[in-house]
Amino acid sequence: MSGSFRTGIGGRIRRERTVRFRFDGVTYAGVEGDTLASALLANGVHLMGRSFKYHRPRGVLGAGADEPNALVEVTRGAGRTVPNVRATQVELYEGLEARSQNRWPSLALDVGAVNNLMAPFIPAGFYYKTFMWPRKAWDALYEPVIRAAAGLGHAPTAPDPDTYLNRYAHCEVLVIGAGPAGLSAALAASRGGGRVMLVDEQCEPGGSLLAEPDVRIDGLSSRDWIARTVAELQANPRVTLLSRATAFGYFAHNMIAVNERLSDHLAQPAAGAPRERLWQIRAGEVVIAAGAHERPLVFPDNDRPGILLAGAARTYLNRYGVLPGRRVVIATGHDEAYRTAIDLSRAGVEVAVIADLRPRPTGPLVEQARALGLAIRTGCAITGSRGGLRVTHARLSAILAAGKLGPPDEIACDAVLMSGGYTPSVHLFSQSRGKLRWDEALSAFLPDVSAERERSAGACRGIFALDAVLADGAAAGAAAAGIDAPPALRSTAVDADPAGVMGAVPHDRGPDARAFVDWQNDVTSKDLKLAVREGFQSVEHVKRYTTNGMATDQGKTSNINALGVLADELKRPVEKIGLTTFRMPYTPVTFGVLAGMARGDLFDPVRTTPIHGWAVENGAVFEDVSLWKRARYFPQGAEDMEAAVRRECLAVRSACGIFDASTLGKIEVVGRDAAEFMNRFYINAWTKLGVGRCRYGVLCREDGFVMDDGVVGRIAQDRFHVTTTTGGAARVLNMMEDYLQTEWPELDVWFTSTTEEWAVIALQGPKARDILSGLVEGIDLSPEALPHMALAEGHICGVPTRLFRVSFSGELGFEINVPADQGRTVWEAVWAAGQPHGLTPYGTETMHVLRAEKGFIIVGQETDGTATPDDVALSWAVGKAKPDYVGKRSLARPSMSAPDRKQLVGLLTEVPETVLQEGAQIVASRGLKAPMPVIGHVTSSYYSAVLGRSIALAMVSGGRARMGETLYSPHGAGEIAVKVVGPVFHDPEGARVNV
Amino acid sequence: MLVITCPYCGPRPEIEFAHGGEAHIARPQDPSSLGVEDWTEFLYMRANPKGLHAERWRHLHGCARFFNALRDTTTDQFVATYRTGEPRPDLAAVKA
Ligand SMILES: [Zn+2]
Repeated sequence: MSGSFRTGIGGRIRRERTVRFRFDGVTYAGVEGDTLASALLANGVHLMGRSFKYHRPRGVLGAGADEPNALVEVTRGAGRTVPNVRATQVELYEGLEARSQNRWPSLALDVGAVNNLMAPFIPAGFYYKTFMWPRKAWDALYEPVIRAAAGLGHAPTAPDPDTYLNRYAHCEVLVIGAGPAGLSAALAASRGGGRVMLVDEQCEPGGSLLAEPDVRIDGLSSRDWIARTVAELQANPRVTLLSRATAFGYFAHNMIAVNERLSDHLAQPAAGAPRERLWQIRAGEVVIAAGAHERPLVFPDNDRPGILLAGAARTYLNRYGVLPGRRVVIATGHDEAYRTAIDLSRAGVEVAVIADLRPRPTGPLVEQARALGLAIRTGCAITGSRGGLRVTHARLSAILAAGKLGPPDEIACDAVLMSGGYTPSVHLFSQSRGKLRWDEALSAFLPDVSAERERSAGACRGIFALDAVLADGAAAGAAAAGIDAPPALRSTAVDADPAGVMGAVPHDRGPDARAFVDWQNDVTSKDLKLAVREGFQSVEHVKRYTTNGMATDQGKTSNINALGVLADELKRPVEKIGLTTFRMPYTPVTFGVLAGMARGDLFDPVRTTPIHGWAVENGAVFEDVSLWKRARYFPQGAEDMEAAVRRECLAVRSACGIFDASTLGKIEVVGRDAAEFMNRFYINAWTKLGVGRCRYGVLCREDGFVMDDGVVGRIAQDRFHVTTTTGGAARVLNMMEDYLQTEWPELDVWFTSTTEEWAVIALQGPKARDILSGLVEGIDLSPEALPHMALAEGHICGVPTRLFRVSFSGELGFEINVPADQGRTVWEAVWAAGQPHGLTPYGTETMHVLRAEKGFIIVGQETDGTATPDDVALSWAVGKAKPDYVGKRSLARPSMSAPDRKQLVGLLTEVPETVLQEGAQIVASRGLKAPMPVIGHVTSSYYSAVLGRSIALAMVSGGRARMGETLYSPHGAGEIAVKVVGPVFHDPEGARVNV
Repeated sequence: MLVITCPYCGPRPEIEFAHGGEAHIARPQDPSSLGVEDWTEFLYMRANPKGLHAERWRHLHGCARFFNALRDTTTDQFVATYRTGEPRPDLAAVKA
């Protein structure tokens, strides 16, 4: 049968270029310019899929984006299988491999089709009614079975090997759709001189004109007019024309998302070439020229292969040179189907009959058909079809007075071409939140009130006559560009009556007849009526109950017919029922293009310190702390984390450790009023802090809860070196700016983020001074000159430094701040100098243990956004004499000093080896049954090598009054007994730090 | 994605900005003199209007300045943006 339905001439295909492809394992020949659907039709193949719910055999219905039936899986190998693509939009290429879906074992013989026989038992809402109970059966039985039986294609499990791009663009005028309206609009707008973008979903511009070879516009054939228009647009450097580019989403403030398909149509995409590009276009003005979708007729058994839309059949004939059959029946309620009949008849197809629902159709197209001698039955309903995997007969009945039907008549045919009229595509307009109005004469919702700076033109706003469409497009484009419209163009098009029919065709086939409204989701007119009888009134409820319009085609072919059925059943006018909401995407979009480059290593930014490379080379195991990669521990040999951390901890306590603290947030606070700002902002008092001294600062939010902490050094009278937590730097800087800009603009102070300016090397341990002594210049390291909580500026290894004498470990400690680009050099010099002293690198895990041994909190670990400074034993830090600071008034509220607040305490397990779980609950007594009153929780818990036992910090209600009490942490079937102690486990006098 | 007009830099995409809550809620001059109810009012009570809302934005990835905006919460349209410290624009004047 190969090629037997291909015409000899015409169309926009290249007959001499054969393209071989496979569908369900069978090799076929098509030609260059075909879609998968047109190539299959040329081979006489109409059967392209099985329906979603009933597994009914289905042929192609349309020729474009509205296709609900011919959904196929196209594969190019592992990770490159694309399910659920419309065969009508798959451009043919040599070697294309496609499979039908939703069938087993084969398309012609499908076991799931038993669902079709079961149809009387699968009414609307079937799943809601049937699979409600018992709950366990849903998880174990119903859902897996339903998912296996239903569903469409299969998503590939291998990673997607393709590359996807993302691009932002701006233009004065964006035109969506390159049919006659869109081309006219873009051409007119381009003469305004601004940036114009024209995006179109098809492989070439022209839209509906691609199926109108005989029409002449402005004295040119349609083909030449398209070519002339495109040439002028392409010659204009201010115009961007994108084909294979679907505008799928309309977002606030004229942001349009466009998916441009770059390589899916190529037989051999270049290696590494991107597959798709996501455009995010911000447009000053938008012209929507999205065209219209043809409406099927809702009659019993209207879904057999071989039954398709009349306009689609005409597209296959005129654009692809493909005949839909040899002997066709045209069933219509609209003039456009006559064009199909006329063109097919001229191409040698036998038009058995034109069955027109309308009693007295008139107009030039009807007259042309009559003049050709085509058989026309007016006032005639199609009431059924016959056939197996292909339609063989159409059943026709005359519509008599009072809605009665005459005796049926079966007409042999191999295709039925139907049309109920055209539905303007208002998807994008509706996505823009524009308001629609119902047009009774056109049986259509049309754009009414705009919400964005956009306008619709042509068929998508109910203008169908070609001359009017061209003029409307030109006017819209000119208006969008702010210029006068160009003179109108004349065409030779013969106009059709735009009115059509909607809802169900009358029939005499009894209550069980199935007339499909939504092909993709297998919804029949009977389902819609049942929903109404069961009490559903709102169109949104009916949609969800029946699933009408909820498939990936979003009801492009079904919405208006469904409304017609509902209006009849509810006995209410359509405009009182309303339309369901359109959502993006207009047609399905790959996850790949939405993800773009944000995959793998590029999914999230990674921040590394200047010393990162050294840590990698020395075997560090890293952890993520916000976006930073931080060395967690440095295992030696076969050490696990526990062993490494014990060794690192003991090294710091007995000799010295070196730690990369570069991720600490750093903010330089400078200006005449720097101290005043610090006084108002932090809870501490700063006025008396001398130059060259440091202080541990605590920051509260205005509600009195601890937000951040860190050591602050006073570099000069008007300059503070503020450090923050690693994760809190941006938050703190934002809050500083907020208070300065909006509350205290009179203060003369400036903030600069210096987090990445400084590398910070922490040297902690009794040998720290010995190691440093040979490296610094101009700094006296003696305890008298540089005591604990002092800082000095000078040089280290020839590099300028701010040297802080601070300790987060409880040992003698220094934090060496050097310019980031010198960080690794200085680190390596310190490392070398430390070798004779047993210097050991340590990571964040050891840092955590060391500070917990000293009872130092970590904001976000001990605190959770509801802890006051006093709750975490920091009331000593409060500058109590200050008249005000952020959080002071809130801290004065009575509840903030209630004795039963959770307070920071230490916990020691009765069994020293037992390490509590962080996050574990604390209760007051043994043997409680859940739910039990919880009085606290564990915030930090470690094994302490220096103490030879476990330690934990916890927040416990009234904890400071519970010293010595035994509490319990529920664990498994029992509980772990713990003793409440102070939070400082090691060197509580602080002798070790003051040496 | 919205377009927001920074009073200092002009129209920029939403991703450059950070929302900063309701505008025109000044921190009291002397918080300690406030009673619990007044302080609670300042700290926690916020308008949640359907329609025009005066709110703070910060041009975080631009000039880094805070400013105020009148936004319609039902349509996401910005009616006006203005500098911190300036009074909320008179709607009649904005429309004119
Ligand atoms: Zn700005």
